[in-house]
Amino acid sequence: MAQAANGTLYRGREGMWSWVAHRISGVLLFLFLFAHVLDTALVRVSPDAYNEVMEAYKNPIVGLGEAGLVAAVIFHALNGLRIIAVDFWAKGPKYQRQLFWAVVIGFVVLFAPFAIRHLTIVFTR
Amino acid sequence: MSATTETNYHAGPDAVSKKKSRYRRVSKGRGNFELWSWVFMRASGVLLLVLVFGHLFVNLMLGEGIHGIDFAFVAGKWSSPFWQTWDMLMLWLAELHGFNGVRTIINDYTEKDRTRWILKGLLVASALLVMVLGTLVIFTFDPCLDPSSTLSVCAR
Ligand code: HEM
Ligand code: HEM
Repeated sequence: MAQAANGTLYRGREGMWSWVAHRISGVLLFLFLFAHVLDTALVRVSPDAYNEVMEAYKNPIVGLGEAGLVAAVIFHALNGLRIIAVDFWAKGPKYQRQLFWAVVIGFVVLFAPFAIRHLTIVFTR
Repeated sequence: MSATTETNYHAGPDAVSKKKSRYRRVSKGRGNFELWSWVFMRASGVLLLVLVFGHLFVNLMLGEGIHGIDFAFVAGKWSSPFWQTWDMLMLWLAELHGFNGVRTIINDYTEKDRTRWILKGLLVASALLVMVLGTLVIFTFDPCLDPSSTLSVCAR
């Protein structure tokens, strides 16, 4: 391996770790969507059935899970834009490392305000 | 020309010695499917960014946030064709995008044909279930099922 890490976009470093995280977040979202469509379908069973399940979700453990889900969405979406930029923008591959840090900064900027608001609601009701 | 190094010099750049090359560019008859699926992942990704971020903002940031979610909240949204269309597009694009992504992952990690086909069967079945059920739920939804509804469409 030795210096190879500098010669490729994909082995080691930001390129590879963002790929691993992109894959994991994508699978997580896919599994969530399956459960999400099933529980939303309860609105067709009865208003009470839906309200009972939604009420059961309103606790700190599920609340933290929701924050984790939103973190996965924000990362996957911003990193998806990075992938698109590397593919289509002529200077994308050259700046791919800077683009990775742009994803990290964008993530913090979007996730921090959300987490403060959401967790305040979840923990102080 | 000896039998072991048979090369077809007339068949264009892709034709390499069948005996020597590990890379045989033999068409499996799938046309440009993988190219289109690559384009679809990028196009649907950009649309999903808007649809999913909008969904999360309206459902988690506005009003009382997560606490405001109940039957009445859903009734308020799905009595409007705007949110019905929004959710339908989000449902189909997210499911097809996720389907395509997971299909790639299955192809990457499965070694036995049998395992691969079983996983893909489950994948197809779950995607069909989610898209059919989700679409039916959006368009057969009755916001007035709740007797205490205050929506104007439910006024008798
Ligand atoms: C914690 C985060 C989330 C909450 C609280 C939430 C809540 C809801 C609610 C209340 C509905 C009912 C209709 C509406 O409000 O538009 C709904 C529907 C829907 N959501 Fe979410 N959602 C969340 C995350 C997501 C994510 C990340 C996705 C995309 C992967 C998503 C995709 C959908 C879809 C496709 C529907 C329509 C379902 C159907 O057709 O039956 N949601 N969601
Ligand atoms: C929010 C906006 C989204 C954007 C911008 C986005 C973008 C992308 C992009 C560009 C790819 C790369 C495809 C490739 O490398 O060929 C990808 C892969 C993937 N996405 Fe998304 N996506 C989004 C939402 C979603 C959602 C909601 C799901 C789940 C239902 C999802 C699941 C996946 C999966 C499973 C992969 C495959 C990962 C892999 O092959 O390693 N994505 N996404």
